[in-house]
Amino acid sequence: MSTPKIRVRGLRKAFGDKQVLDGIDFDLMAGTSLVVIGGSGSGKSVLIKCILGLIEPDAGSIHIDGHDILRAPRDAREAARARIGMLFQNGALFDSLSVWENVAFGLLARHKATRADARARADDVLGQVGLAPSVGDLSPAELSGGMQKRVALARAIAAQPDILFFDEPTTGLDPIMGAVIDGLIVDCVKRLGSTAIAITHDMASARRIGDRAAMLFKGKVVWIGDASALMESGNAMVDQFTHGRREGPIQMELRR
Amino acid sequence: MNPLNGVAALGRGTIGAVRSTGTLTLFALNGLSHLLRPPFYGRAFLRALIDIGFFSLPVVALTAVFTGMVLALQSSTGLSRFSAGSAIASLVVLSVTRELGPVLAALMVAGRVGAAMAAEIGTMRVTDQIDALATLSTNPMKFLVAPRLLAGLVALPFLVLVADVLGVLGGTIIATVKLGFSVHTYLENTINFVQTGDVLSGLAKAAMFGFLIALLGCYHGYRSKGGAQGVGAATTAAVVSASVLILAFDYVLTELFFGQ
Repeated sequence: MSTPKIRVRGLRKAFGDKQVLDGIDFDLMAGTSLVVIGGSGSGKSVLIKCILGLIEPDAGSIHIDGHDILRAPRDAREAARARIGMLFQNGALFDSLSVWENVAFGLLARHKATRADARARADDVLGQVGLAPSVGDLSPAELSGGMQKRVALARAIAAQPDILFFDEPTTGLDPIMGAVIDGLIVDCVKRLGSTAIAITHDMASARRIGDRAAMLFKGKVVWIGDASALMESGNAMVDQFTHGRREGPIQMELRR
Repeated sequence: MNPLNGVAALGRGTIGAVRSTGTLTLFALNGLSHLLRPPFYGRAFLRALIDIGFFSLPVVALTAVFTGMVLALQSSTGLSRFSAGSAIASLVVLSVTRELGPVLAALMVAGRVGAAMAAEIGTMRVTDQIDALATLSTNPMKFLVAPRLLAGLVALPFLVLVADVLGVLGGTIIATVKLGFSVHTYLENTINFVQTGDVLSGLAKAAMFGFLIALLGCYHGYRSKGGAQGVGAATTAAVVSASVLILAFDYVLTELFFGQ
Protein backbone atom coordinates (compact mmCIF):
# COMPACT_ATOMS: atom_id res chain seq x y z
CA MET A 1 0.00 0.00 0.00
CA SER A 2 1.38 3.45 -0.92
CA THR A 3 2.31 6.03 1.71
CA PRO A 4 -0.46 8.56 2.41
CA LYS A 5 0.32 12.15 1.46
CA ILE A 6 -0.87 13.25 4.91
CA ARG A 7 -1.15 10.93 7.91
CA VAL A 8 -2.37 12.26 11.26
CA ARG A 9 -2.25 10.09 14.36
CA GLY A 10 -3.42 10.81 17.92
CA LEU A 11 -3.37 14.58 17.46
CA ARG A 12 -4.29 16.39 20.66
CA LYS A 13 -4.45 20.06 21.52
CA ALA A 14 -5.96 21.81 24.54
CA PHE A 15 -6.35 25.52 25.27
CA GLY A 16 -6.48 25.79 29.06
CA ASP A 17 -8.96 23.17 30.22
CA LYS A 18 -10.72 22.98 26.84
CA GLN A 19 -9.65 19.93 24.84
CA VAL A 20 -10.05 21.13 21.24
CA LEU A 21 -8.42 18.17 19.48
CA ASP A 22 -8.84 14.87 21.29
CA GLY A 23 -6.95 12.22 19.35
CA ILE A 24 -7.48 12.91 15.65
CA ASP A 25 -6.56 10.08 13.24
CA PHE A 26 -6.88 10.08 9.46
CA ASP A 27 -4.99 9.31 6.26
CA LEU A 28 -5.25 11.29 3.05
CA MET A 29 -3.85 9.83 -0.16
CA ALA A 30 -2.09 11.99 -2.75
CA GLY A 31 -4.38 13.78 -5.19
CA THR A 32 -7.41 13.35 -2.92
CA SER A 33 -9.59 16.13 -1.51
CA LEU A 34 -10.92 15.81 2.03
CA VAL A 35 -13.75 18.00 3.27
CA VAL A 36 -13.90 18.50 7.04
CA ILE A 37 -17.28 19.45 8.49
CA GLY A 38 -18.35 20.06 12.07
CA GLY A 39 -19.92 22.64 14.33
CA SER A 40 -18.23 25.82 15.47
CA GLY A 41 -15.52 25.03 18.02
CA SER A 42 -15.23 21.39 16.96
CA GLY A 43 -11.51 21.85 16.17
CA LYS A 44 -11.51 22.08 12.35
CA SER A 45 -9.42 25.25 12.07
CA VAL A 46 -7.08 24.13 14.86
CA LEU A 47 -6.51 20.87 12.96
CA ILE A 48 -5.26 22.57 9.79
CA LYS A 49 -3.32 25.18 11.79
CA CYS A 50 -1.50 22.29 13.51
CA ILE A 51 -0.60 20.77 10.12
CA LEU A 52 0.50 24.21 8.86
CA GLY A 53 2.70 24.71 11.92
CA LEU A 54 0.82 27.77 13.13
CA ILE A 55 -0.19 25.93 16.34
CA GLU A 56 1.99 23.44 18.20
CA PRO A 57 -0.04 20.32 19.13
CA ASP A 58 0.29 18.80 22.60
CA ALA A 59 0.63 15.22 21.36
CA GLY A 60 0.39 13.05 18.26
CA SER A 61 2.13 12.94 14.91
CA ILE A 62 1.67 14.52 11.49
CA HIS A 63 3.37 12.77 8.58
CA ILE A 64 3.70 14.38 5.16
CA ASP A 65 5.03 12.00 2.50
CA GLY A 66 6.04 9.65 5.32
CA HIS A 67 8.07 12.25 7.27
CA ASP A 68 6.97 13.26 10.77
CA ILE A 69 7.05 17.04 10.46
CA LEU A 70 6.59 17.60 14.20
CA ARG A 71 9.86 15.82 14.99
CA ALA A 72 11.82 16.83 11.89
CA PRO A 73 14.65 19.42 12.03
CA ARG A 74 13.50 23.01 11.62
CA ASP A 75 14.71 23.34 8.02
CA ALA A 76 12.92 20.16 6.95
CA ARG A 77 9.77 21.30 8.72
CA GLU A 78 9.86 24.66 6.97
CA ALA A 79 10.54 23.01 3.61
CA ALA A 80 7.55 20.68 4.07
CA ARG A 81 5.31 23.58 5.00
CA ALA A 82 6.51 25.67 2.06
CA ARG A 83 4.76 23.09 -0.14
CA ILE A 84 1.38 23.90 1.43
CA GLY A 85 -0.87 26.64 0.07
CA MET A 86 -3.61 28.09 2.26
CA LEU A 87 -6.77 30.02 1.51
CA PHE A 88 -7.94 31.74 4.70
CA GLN A 89 -11.59 32.23 5.62
CA ASN A 90 -11.58 36.00 5.15
CA GLY A 91 -8.92 35.98 2.45
CA ALA A 92 -6.25 37.50 4.75
CA LEU A 93 -4.93 39.62 1.88
CA PHE A 94 -2.22 42.11 2.83
CA ASP A 95 -3.88 45.55 2.83
CA SER A 96 -0.65 47.44 2.31
CA LEU A 97 0.23 45.63 -0.92
CA SER A 98 -1.39 45.66 -4.36
CA VAL A 99 -3.26 42.62 -5.64
CA TRP A 100 -0.37 41.40 -7.80
CA GLU A 101 2.11 41.82 -4.91
CA ASN A 102 -0.24 39.72 -2.76
CA VAL A 103 -0.36 36.98 -5.38
CA ALA A 104 3.39 36.99 -5.94
CA PHE A 105 4.25 37.47 -2.26
CA GLY A 106 5.62 33.95 -1.76
CA LEU A 107 7.87 34.24 -4.82
CA LEU A 108 9.19 37.65 -3.81
CA ALA A 109 9.63 36.69 -0.15
CA ARG A 110 11.74 33.67 -1.08
CA HIS A 111 13.72 35.85 -3.51
CA LYS A 112 12.91 33.31 -6.23
CA ALA A 113 11.93 35.86 -8.86
CA THR A 114 12.65 39.43 -9.91
CA ARG A 115 9.75 41.86 -9.54
CA ALA A 116 9.18 41.79 -13.31
CA ASP A 117 9.06 37.99 -13.38
CA ALA A 118 6.87 37.91 -10.28
CA ARG A 119 4.45 40.35 -11.93
CA ALA A 120 4.23 38.17 -15.03
CA ARG A 121 3.61 35.10 -12.88
CA ALA A 122 0.95 36.98 -10.86
CA ASP A 123 -0.86 38.01 -14.06
CA ASP A 124 -0.80 34.41 -15.25
CA VAL A 125 -2.23 33.08 -11.95
CA LEU A 126 -4.84 35.84 -11.82
CA GLY A 127 -5.94 34.66 -15.26
CA GLN A 128 -6.33 31.12 -13.92
CA VAL A 129 -8.88 32.37 -11.37
CA GLY A 130 -10.72 34.46 -13.95
CA LEU A 131 -9.27 37.90 -13.18
CA ALA A 132 -7.79 40.33 -15.70
CA PRO A 133 -4.17 41.50 -15.31
CA SER A 134 -5.46 45.05 -14.69
CA VAL A 135 -6.91 43.85 -11.35
CA GLY A 136 -3.32 43.31 -10.22
CA ASP A 137 -2.81 47.06 -9.83
CA LEU A 138 -5.76 47.50 -7.47
CA SER A 139 -5.55 47.29 -3.71
CA PRO A 140 -7.46 44.48 -1.91
CA ALA A 141 -9.84 47.05 -0.36
CA GLU A 142 -11.10 47.95 -3.85
CA LEU A 143 -12.32 44.39 -4.55
CA SER A 144 -15.66 42.72 -3.85
CA GLY A 145 -15.82 39.71 -1.49
CA GLY A 146 -15.89 37.25 -4.39
CA MET A 147 -12.91 38.89 -6.09
CA GLN A 148 -10.97 38.91 -2.80
CA LYS A 149 -11.58 35.15 -2.51
CA ARG A 150 -10.30 34.68 -6.07
CA VAL A 151 -7.17 36.68 -5.30
CA ALA A 152 -6.65 34.68 -2.10
CA LEU A 153 -7.00 31.49 -4.13
CA ALA A 154 -4.51 32.85 -6.69
CA ARG A 155 -2.04 33.58 -3.87
CA ALA A 156 -2.51 30.07 -2.47
CA ILE A 157 -1.75 28.38 -5.80
CA ALA A 158 0.93 30.80 -7.10
CA ALA A 159 3.84 28.68 -5.85
CA GLN A 160 2.20 25.51 -7.26
CA PRO A 161 1.97 23.74 -3.89
CA ASP A 162 1.31 20.02 -3.75
CA ILE A 163 -0.99 20.43 -0.70
CA LEU A 164 -3.79 23.00 -0.49
CA PHE A 165 -5.92 23.99 2.51
CA PHE A 166 -9.18 25.92 2.25
CA ASP A 167 -10.81 27.41 5.35
CA GLU A 168 -14.49 28.09 4.65
CA PRO A 169 -13.88 29.14 1.03
CA THR A 170 -17.51 30.10 0.31
CA THR A 171 -18.46 31.79 3.59
CA GLY A 172 -20.03 35.20 3.01
CA LEU A 173 -20.56 34.66 -0.73
CA ASP A 174 -23.85 34.37 -2.60
CA PRO A 175 -24.70 30.86 -3.87
CA ILE A 176 -23.67 31.59 -7.46
CA MET A 177 -20.31 33.10 -6.46
CA GLY A 178 -19.88 30.19 -4.01
CA ALA A 179 -20.33 27.73 -6.87
CA VAL A 180 -17.86 29.72 -9.01
CA ILE A 181 -15.22 29.62 -6.24
CA ASP A 182 -15.84 25.89 -5.72
CA GLY A 183 -15.39 25.32 -9.46
CA LEU A 184 -12.12 27.26 -9.43
CA ILE A 185 -10.90 25.28 -6.41
CA VAL A 186 -11.66 21.96 -8.12
CA ASP A 187 -9.96 23.13 -11.35
CA CYS A 188 -6.86 24.34 -9.49
CA VAL A 189 -6.57 21.18 -7.41
CA LYS A 190 -6.89 18.98 -10.52
CA ARG A 191 -4.48 21.09 -12.59
CA LEU A 192 -1.82 21.03 -9.88
CA GLY A 193 -2.53 17.43 -8.89
CA SER A 194 -2.63 18.66 -5.29
CA THR A 195 -3.90 16.99 -2.17
CA ALA A 196 -6.50 19.20 -0.52
CA ILE A 197 -8.25 19.67 2.82
CA ALA A 198 -11.24 22.02 2.93
CA ILE A 199 -13.20 23.15 5.97
CA THR A 200 -16.76 24.13 5.26
CA HIS A 201 -20.25 24.46 6.70
CA ASP A 202 -21.71 24.64 3.20
CA MET A 203 -23.01 21.16 2.25
CA ALA A 204 -23.35 21.98 -1.45
CA SER A 205 -19.75 23.20 -1.42
CA ALA A 206 -18.63 20.07 0.49
CA ARG A 207 -20.05 17.77 -2.18
CA ARG A 208 -18.60 19.85 -5.02
CA ILE A 209 -15.06 20.09 -3.59
CA GLY A 210 -14.50 16.82 -1.74
CA ASP A 211 -13.66 13.26 -2.74
CA ARG A 212 -13.73 12.28 0.94
CA ALA A 213 -15.45 13.86 3.93
CA ALA A 214 -14.88 13.72 7.68
CA MET A 215 -16.93 15.08 10.54
CA LEU A 216 -15.38 16.41 13.73
CA PHE A 217 -17.27 16.59 17.01
CA LYS A 218 -15.68 17.62 20.29
CA GLY A 219 -12.19 17.17 18.86
CA LYS A 220 -12.70 13.66 17.48
CA VAL A 221 -13.37 12.32 13.99
CA VAL A 222 -16.83 10.78 14.39
CA TRP A 223 -17.29 9.81 10.73
CA ILE A 224 -15.18 9.59 7.60
CA GLY A 225 -16.34 8.40 4.19
CA ASP A 226 -16.98 9.41 0.58
CA ALA A 227 -18.17 12.98 0.15
CA SER A 228 -20.89 11.71 -2.18
CA ALA A 229 -22.37 9.77 0.79
CA LEU A 230 -22.44 12.82 3.06
CA MET A 231 -26.20 13.38 2.89
CA GLU A 232 -27.04 9.68 3.46
CA SER A 233 -24.20 8.63 5.74
CA GLY A 234 -26.27 6.56 8.15
CA ASN A 235 -24.44 8.29 11.02
CA ALA A 236 -26.91 10.11 13.29
CA MET A 237 -24.52 13.01 14.01
CA VAL A 238 -23.63 13.55 10.36
CA ASP A 239 -27.28 13.31 9.32
CA GLN A 240 -28.31 15.88 11.93
CA PHE A 241 -25.53 18.24 10.86
CA THR A 242 -25.92 17.92 7.09
CA HIS A 243 -29.71 18.28 7.25
CA GLY A 244 -29.56 21.07 9.84
CA ARG A 245 -31.92 19.41 12.34
CA ARG A 246 -32.39 20.82 15.83
CA GLU A 247 -33.13 17.38 17.31
CA GLY A 248 -30.47 14.70 17.38
CA PRO A 249 -27.40 13.49 19.25
CA ILE A 250 -25.65 16.89 18.95
CA GLN A 251 -26.93 19.29 21.58
CA MET A 252 -25.87 22.92 21.41
CA GLU A 253 -24.15 24.01 24.58
CA LEU A 254 -25.76 27.29 25.58
CA ARG A 255 -24.17 29.38 28.26
CA ARG A 256 -26.76 30.42 30.84
CA MET B 1 -11.83 40.65 55.07
CA ASN B 2 -8.73 38.50 54.96
CA PRO B 3 -5.62 40.71 55.40
CA LEU B 4 -3.67 38.25 53.25
CA ASN B 5 -5.76 39.23 50.22
CA GLY B 6 -3.76 42.43 49.86
CA VAL B 7 -0.48 40.51 50.01
CA ALA B 8 -1.80 38.04 47.43
CA ALA B 9 -2.82 40.87 45.12
CA LEU B 10 0.62 42.47 45.49
CA GLY B 11 2.23 39.13 44.70
CA ARG B 12 0.06 38.61 41.64
CA GLY B 13 0.86 42.11 40.41
CA THR B 14 4.60 41.58 40.91
CA ILE B 15 4.57 38.24 39.11
CA GLY B 16 2.53 39.77 36.28
CA ALA B 17 4.96 42.69 35.94
CA VAL B 18 7.99 40.38 35.90
CA ARG B 19 6.31 38.11 33.35
CA SER B 20 5.41 41.07 31.09
CA THR B 21 8.95 42.44 31.31
CA GLY B 22 10.38 39.03 30.43
CA THR B 23 8.00 38.56 27.49
CA LEU B 24 8.77 42.04 26.16
CA THR B 25 12.53 41.48 26.52
CA LEU B 26 12.35 38.15 24.66
CA PHE B 27 10.24 39.79 21.95
CA ALA B 28 12.85 42.56 21.58
CA LEU B 29 15.77 40.10 21.43
CA ASN B 30 13.90 37.96 18.89
CA GLY B 31 13.22 41.03 16.72
CA LEU B 32 16.82 42.27 16.97
CA SER B 33 18.22 38.83 16.14
CA HIS B 34 16.44 38.98 12.78
CA LEU B 35 18.43 42.11 11.90
CA LEU B 36 21.55 39.95 11.86
CA ARG B 37 20.22 36.98 9.85
CA PRO B 38 19.15 37.04 6.18
CA PRO B 39 16.88 37.43 4.33
CA PHE B 40 16.59 41.20 4.87
CA TYR B 41 13.52 43.12 3.76
CA GLY B 42 14.92 46.42 2.49
CA ARG B 43 11.61 47.69 1.12
CA ALA B 44 9.85 47.08 4.44
CA PHE B 45 12.64 48.99 6.23
CA LEU B 46 12.48 51.92 3.79
CA ARG B 47 8.70 52.10 4.11
CA ALA B 48 8.94 52.19 7.92
CA LEU B 49 11.80 54.74 7.77
CA ILE B 50 9.78 57.09 5.56
CA ASP B 51 6.71 56.63 7.73
CA ILE B 52 8.56 57.42 10.95
CA GLY B 53 11.24 59.85 9.75
CA PHE B 54 9.61 61.80 6.95
CA PHE B 55 5.91 61.89 7.79
CA SER B 56 6.62 62.80 11.43
CA LEU B 57 8.62 65.87 10.40
CA PRO B 58 5.74 68.39 10.44
CA VAL B 59 4.48 67.51 13.93
CA VAL B 60 8.00 67.33 15.37
CA ALA B 61 8.98 70.60 13.70
CA LEU B 62 5.95 72.47 15.06
CA THR B 63 6.50 71.04 18.54
CA ALA B 64 10.16 72.09 18.50
CA VAL B 65 9.56 75.63 17.26
CA PHE B 66 6.86 76.36 19.83
CA THR B 67 8.89 74.73 22.62
CA GLY B 68 11.86 76.95 21.81
CA MET B 69 9.61 80.03 21.75
CA VAL B 70 7.99 79.20 25.10
CA LEU B 71 11.38 78.45 26.69
CA ALA B 72 12.79 81.80 25.62
CA LEU B 73 9.72 83.64 26.89
CA GLN B 74 9.58 81.82 30.24
CA SER B 75 13.30 82.09 30.87
CA SER B 76 13.29 85.80 30.12
CA THR B 77 10.65 86.46 32.79
CA GLY B 78 12.53 84.27 35.30
CA LEU B 79 16.09 85.32 34.55
CA SER B 80 15.36 89.06 34.31
CA ARG B 81 14.65 89.03 38.05
CA PHE B 82 18.33 88.17 38.55
CA SER B 83 19.55 90.46 35.76
CA ALA B 84 20.68 87.35 33.91
CA GLY B 85 18.83 87.85 30.65
CA SER B 86 21.94 87.01 28.64
CA ALA B 87 21.65 83.42 29.86
CA ILE B 88 18.45 82.89 27.84
CA ALA B 89 20.34 81.51 24.84
CA SER B 90 22.25 78.99 26.93
CA LEU B 91 19.15 77.89 28.80
CA VAL B 92 17.19 77.36 25.59
CA VAL B 93 19.88 75.44 23.76
CA LEU B 94 20.71 73.21 26.73
CA SER B 95 17.07 72.44 27.44
CA VAL B 96 16.32 71.68 23.81
CA THR B 97 19.33 69.55 22.96
CA ARG B 98 19.59 67.59 26.19
CA GLU B 99 15.96 67.15 27.22
CA LEU B 100 13.02 68.70 25.47
CA GLY B 101 14.06 67.95 21.90
CA PRO B 102 14.41 64.19 22.37
CA VAL B 103 11.58 63.77 24.90
CA LEU B 104 8.93 65.88 23.18
CA ALA B 105 9.80 64.56 19.70
CA ALA B 106 9.61 61.00 21.03
CA LEU B 107 6.27 61.60 22.75
CA MET B 108 4.82 63.07 19.56
CA VAL B 109 6.14 60.17 17.47
CA ALA B 110 4.83 57.66 20.04
CA GLY B 111 1.35 59.12 19.59
CA ARG B 112 1.56 59.18 15.81
CA VAL B 113 3.69 56.21 14.81
CA GLY B 114 3.47 53.87 17.83
CA ALA B 115 -0.32 53.91 17.64
CA ALA B 116 -0.30 53.34 13.87
CA MET B 117 2.12 50.41 14.17
CA ALA B 118 0.03 48.75 16.88
CA ALA B 119 -3.16 49.27 14.87
CA GLU B 120 -1.67 47.97 11.61
CA ILE B 121 -0.01 44.88 13.10
CA GLY B 122 -2.99 44.28 15.41
CA THR B 123 -5.38 44.32 12.46
CA MET B 124 -3.07 41.94 10.61
CA ARG B 125 -3.18 39.64 13.64
CA VAL B 126 -6.98 39.55 14.01
CA THR B 127 -7.57 39.14 10.25
CA ASP B 128 -5.14 36.18 9.92
CA GLN B 129 -2.67 38.20 7.83
CA ILE B 130 0.18 37.29 10.20
CA ASP B 131 -0.70 33.60 9.87
CA ALA B 132 -0.84 34.11 6.10
CA LEU B 133 2.72 35.48 6.18
CA ALA B 134 3.90 32.34 7.94
CA THR B 135 2.23 30.11 5.32
CA LEU B 136 4.09 32.06 2.62
CA SER B 137 7.48 31.11 4.09
CA THR B 138 7.92 34.52 5.68
CA ASN B 139 8.81 34.93 9.33
CA PRO B 140 6.47 37.66 10.64
CA MET B 141 9.07 38.84 13.18
CA LYS B 142 11.57 39.29 10.37
CA PHE B 143 9.15 40.96 7.96
CA LEU B 144 7.05 43.10 10.30
CA VAL B 145 9.03 43.72 13.48
CA ALA B 146 12.76 43.83 12.65
CA PRO B 147 12.48 46.53 9.91
CA ARG B 148 10.38 48.74 12.19
CA LEU B 149 12.80 48.39 15.12
CA LEU B 150 15.71 49.43 12.89
CA ALA B 151 13.70 52.28 11.36
CA GLY B 152 12.78 53.62 14.81
CA LEU B 153 16.40 53.43 15.91
CA VAL B 154 17.61 55.36 12.84
CA ALA B 155 14.78 57.85 12.29
CA LEU B 156 14.43 59.38 15.77
CA PRO B 157 17.98 60.82 15.98
CA PHE B 158 17.39 62.47 12.61
CA LEU B 159 14.08 63.94 13.82
CA VAL B 160 15.68 65.16 17.04
CA LEU B 161 18.50 66.84 15.12
CA VAL B 162 15.83 68.74 13.18
CA ALA B 163 14.01 69.49 16.46
CA ASP B 164 17.25 70.86 18.00
CA VAL B 165 17.75 73.29 15.13
CA LEU B 166 14.12 74.39 15.06
CA GLY B 167 13.94 74.69 18.85
CA VAL B 168 16.89 77.09 18.82
CA LEU B 169 15.26 78.91 15.91
CA GLY B 170 12.05 79.33 17.94
CA GLY B 171 14.07 80.76 20.84
CA THR B 172 15.90 83.07 18.45
CA ILE B 173 12.64 84.41 17.05
CA ILE B 174 11.31 85.36 20.49
CA ALA B 175 14.68 86.67 21.71
CA THR B 176 15.09 88.97 18.72
CA VAL B 177 11.50 90.00 17.96
CA LYS B 178 10.18 90.31 21.51
CA LEU B 179 13.14 90.60 23.88
CA GLY B 180 15.35 92.90 21.88
CA PHE B 181 18.42 90.69 21.35
CA SER B 182 20.32 90.90 18.09
CA VAL B 183 20.33 87.72 16.03
CA HIS B 184 24.13 87.73 15.96
CA THR B 185 24.50 88.06 19.75
CA TYR B 186 21.87 85.46 20.52
CA LEU B 187 23.30 82.86 18.13
CA GLU B 188 26.84 83.62 19.27
CA ASN B 189 25.79 82.96 22.88
CA THR B 190 24.09 79.75 21.76
CA ILE B 191 27.10 78.46 19.82
CA ASN B 192 29.56 79.43 22.52
CA PHE B 193 27.63 77.64 25.20
CA VAL B 194 26.49 74.40 23.55
CA GLN B 195 28.93 71.47 23.50
CA THR B 196 29.08 68.47 21.22
CA GLY B 197 28.24 66.20 24.16
CA ASP B 198 24.95 68.04 24.74
CA VAL B 199 23.80 67.28 21.20
CA LEU B 200 25.17 63.73 21.13
CA SER B 201 23.52 62.80 24.44
CA GLY B 202 20.19 63.97 22.99
CA LEU B 203 20.73 61.91 19.85
CA ALA B 204 21.62 58.83 21.90
CA LYS B 205 18.42 59.28 23.89
CA ALA B 206 16.51 59.67 20.64
CA ALA B 207 17.85 56.36 19.30
CA MET B 208 16.72 54.60 22.49
CA PHE B 209 13.31 56.29 22.41
CA GLY B 210 12.83 55.40 18.72
CA PHE B 211 13.61 51.78 19.48
CA LEU B 212 11.16 51.78 22.41
CA ILE B 213 8.35 53.33 20.34
CA ALA B 214 8.74 50.76 17.55
CA LEU B 215 9.17 47.89 20.02
CA LEU B 216 6.02 48.68 21.99
CA GLY B 217 3.95 49.41 18.87
CA CYS B 218 4.97 46.06 17.37
CA TYR B 219 4.70 44.15 20.67
CA HIS B 220 1.18 45.24 21.54
CA GLY B 221 -0.02 44.91 17.94
CA TYR B 222 1.50 41.45 17.56
CA ARG B 223 -0.19 40.18 20.72
CA SER B 224 -3.58 41.78 20.13
CA LYS B 225 -6.66 39.58 19.96
CA GLY B 226 -10.43 39.80 19.99
CA GLY B 227 -11.26 41.91 16.95
CA ALA B 228 -11.69 45.68 16.80
CA GLN B 229 -11.81 46.09 20.59
CA GLY B 230 -8.55 44.17 20.96
CA VAL B 231 -6.85 46.31 18.33
CA GLY B 232 -8.08 49.46 20.09
CA ALA B 233 -6.73 48.21 23.42
CA ALA B 234 -3.39 47.36 21.79
CA THR B 235 -3.15 50.85 20.31
CA THR B 236 -3.82 52.50 23.67
CA ALA B 237 -1.36 50.21 25.44
CA ALA B 238 1.33 50.94 22.85
CA VAL B 239 1.07 54.72 23.29
CA VAL B 240 0.75 54.70 27.08
CA SER B 241 3.55 52.19 27.70
CA ALA B 242 5.87 53.92 25.20
CA SER B 243 5.24 57.32 26.80
CA VAL B 244 5.92 56.04 30.31
CA LEU B 245 9.06 54.17 29.23
CA ILE B 246 10.35 57.22 27.33
CA LEU B 247 10.15 59.28 30.53
CA ALA B 248 11.65 56.50 32.66
CA PHE B 249 14.52 55.89 30.24
CA ASP B 250 15.05 59.65 29.98
CA TYR B 251 15.86 59.69 33.68
CA VAL B 252 18.10 56.62 33.43
CA LEU B 253 20.05 57.99 30.46
CA THR B 254 20.34 61.46 31.99
CA GLU B 255 21.77 59.86 35.13
CA LEU B 256 24.15 57.86 32.95
CA PHE B 257 25.34 60.84 30.88
CA PHE B 258 25.31 63.67 33.41
CA GLY B 259 24.96 62.07 36.87
CA GLN B 260 27.69 62.94 39.36
